[in-house]
Amino acid sequence: MSADKFSNPVVRWIDHRLPIFSFMDHELNEYPTPKNLNYFWNFGSLAGVSLVIMIVTGIVLAMSYTPHVDHAFQSVERIMRDVNHGWLLRYIHMNGASFFFIVVFIHIFRGLYYGSYKAPRELLWILGVLILLLMMATAFMGYVLPWGQMSFWGATVITNLFSAIPFIGDSIVTMLWGGFSVDNPTLNRFFALHYLMPFLIVGVVILHLVALHRFGSNNPIGIDPSGPQDTVPFHPYYTIKDFFGLSVFLSLFAAAIFFFPNFMGHPDNYIPANPMQTPAHIVPEWYFLPFYAILRAVPDKLGGVLAMFGAIAVLFILPWLDRSPIRSGNFRPIFRIFFWVFLADCIALGYLGGMPAEGIYVVLSRVATAWYFLHFLVILPLLSVIETPKPLPQSLSKSVLGGTAMAGAASAVKEKM
Amino acid sequence: MKWQIPFIVSWILTVSHALAAGSGDVVLKHKDWSFNGPFGTLDKAAMQRGFQAYREICASCHSLDYIAFRNLADLGYNEAEIKAFAAEYEVQDGPNDEGEMFMRPGIAADRFPAPYPNEAAARAGNGGAYPPDLSLITKARANGPDYLYSLLTSYKDAPKGKNVPDGMYYNVAYPGNLIAMPQPIYGEDVTYTDGAPTDVSSIASDLVYFLTWTAEPSIEKRKRTGVKVMIFLLIMVGMSYGAMKFIWADVKKA
Repeated sequence: MSADKFSNPVVRWIDHRLPIFSFMDHELNEYPTPKNLNYFWNFGSLAGVSLVIMIVTGIVLAMSYTPHVDHAFQSVERIMRDVNHGWLLRYIHMNGASFFFIVVFIHIFRGLYYGSYKAPRELLWILGVLILLLMMATAFMGYVLPWGQMSFWGATVITNLFSAIPFIGDSIVTMLWGGFSVDNPTLNRFFALHYLMPFLIVGVVILHLVALHRFGSNNPIGIDPSGPQDTVPFHPYYTIKDFFGLSVFLSLFAAAIFFFPNFMGHPDNYIPANPMQTPAHIVPEWYFLPFYAILRAVPDKLGGVLAMFGAIAVLFILPWLDRSPIRSGNFRPIFRIFFWVFLADCIALGYLGGMPAEGIYVVLSRVATAWYFLHFLVILPLLSVIETPKPLPQSLSKSVLGGTAMAGAASAVKEKM
Repeated sequence: MKWQIPFIVSWILTVSHALAAGSGDVVLKHKDWSFNGPFGTLDKAAMQRGFQAYREICASCHSLDYIAFRNLADLGYNEAEIKAFAAEYEVQDGPNDEGEMFMRPGIAADRFPAPYPNEAAARAGNGGAYPPDLSLITKARANGPDYLYSLLTSYKDAPKGKNVPDGMYYNVAYPGNLIAMPQPIYGEDVTYTDGAPTDVSSIASDLVYFLTWTAEPSIEKRKRTGVKVMIFLLIMVGMSYGAMKFIWADVKKA
């Protein structure tokens, strides 16, 4: 990358010594990107924007928040009432968590459908799963900070899970709590960690991007671009497309913030934490409900905890469970059916996680949990052997059938949406 | 109508939760509140009446911790009126130069003094039941405004066979149908200066307006800002879509 491509002499001087402008030009401007990406490829940049929104609002909220059991709830109400535009900041942050998860879940399911986890993108995928784990820990600790009833009891239930670990479980719980119950030390360390972890996420996101830019984006056809005729420069083609996606995302996000800010929350969290009074139903935030359903589906405590963490752990080894060389679900007729069944299964788990653990809900939770693991551990490995994929196009622009393939593939993509 | 979908979904969830709990059916009345919907506004006259009803009916047991007298400006009161309201209360201050705590008349910056010094005193004064703080009550209950309105207007004689213990009252809006709060409103409990009706449901409705405001004083500002932000964003969606189509025009043909 020669420095003389920049006309500004100051830029040229800096770039010669510290090639940040060349770097940005290479990674954000001319970076070749498959030209057939559909709107599901917008969600990566949306996740990045969500992370920035959460960090910025979070830092400003921290300026007015007091991490103490006697003052936390009041300080949040003070933000809502007395801090200039505090209600807006807090509603953005509160709903931002939900929207971040919506975006990331769509991003993950896009990866699952189009086989974005397959070689050579295994590490890219694993770093993504790591981001999901960090996000879950961050969101969980953030939900504790307002110190409402659900904050307190959610923290109690989830931290207690660690006591299921043999031998060292109780010590781990004591360490998490900083004492013998969820109390002020718990709130203090959760606040410290809630402030720290988003920056760890930023670090992993950078690695995620480095890994992404090594081979570039996957695409709906799932074959590698064969040359410049298959790609377009990132700028302006994908900067404008991402900007359009961002506009749509912000519109939905703003509608939630301004018109239904508490829809995704729980009314009990507007009651100050009371260790003497358990709420009728302790439910985690909606984005944890599928995992909560898996936790409760297993009758044994340790088994439930293992299943819940296993549900994430299985994602780490997904690239080696699905051995089919075909990436895109568009060319895998049987996989495609099981993909939609799996999506329905995850939504069902989410619903069941919100229902009381009794009667038919327990039975359904067990079936849905079993299917979750069956999908990864049996169906995907089996499909990679028995499935006959549809013929792949020769390139993103041409096809085996000659000429009309791009149109055919594009319509297949449209069907999916 | 689309914006109502979350309300409907949350209502269904609430009802199914209540039914699943199996502890007595909760029957809620649904009212078309002026603050519902994206263009919703608070009714200042109703809030002022609700404020009066709170002071004369609820305040003997229920605190309003998060509201300061200065906040009453939102209800349309001027500075002199707010100072007069505040001065009606005695507030503990101190310590003074001698190290003594002392009582003084309230000022606009004070918060509403609570009726009881602590929870134990509140329980002792109410047969063991704790009257919750009302500042956030409409946000702290599912379908808060409807719930509060229903609770205040759903005291009934218990059906035959339903055992109502001493100090408990039958109310179909309360989970479990047995509530420790005696019926607070019977009608004509207050005399409004604006001559508004004082039947049970009118007073209950006025209280809902007041307590919806106390739960979220920014509710009107939030919705007004929201409408402006949505207009901005929808224009942005349209323009960025046009720009995207313009930029991509040559690629799609290739």
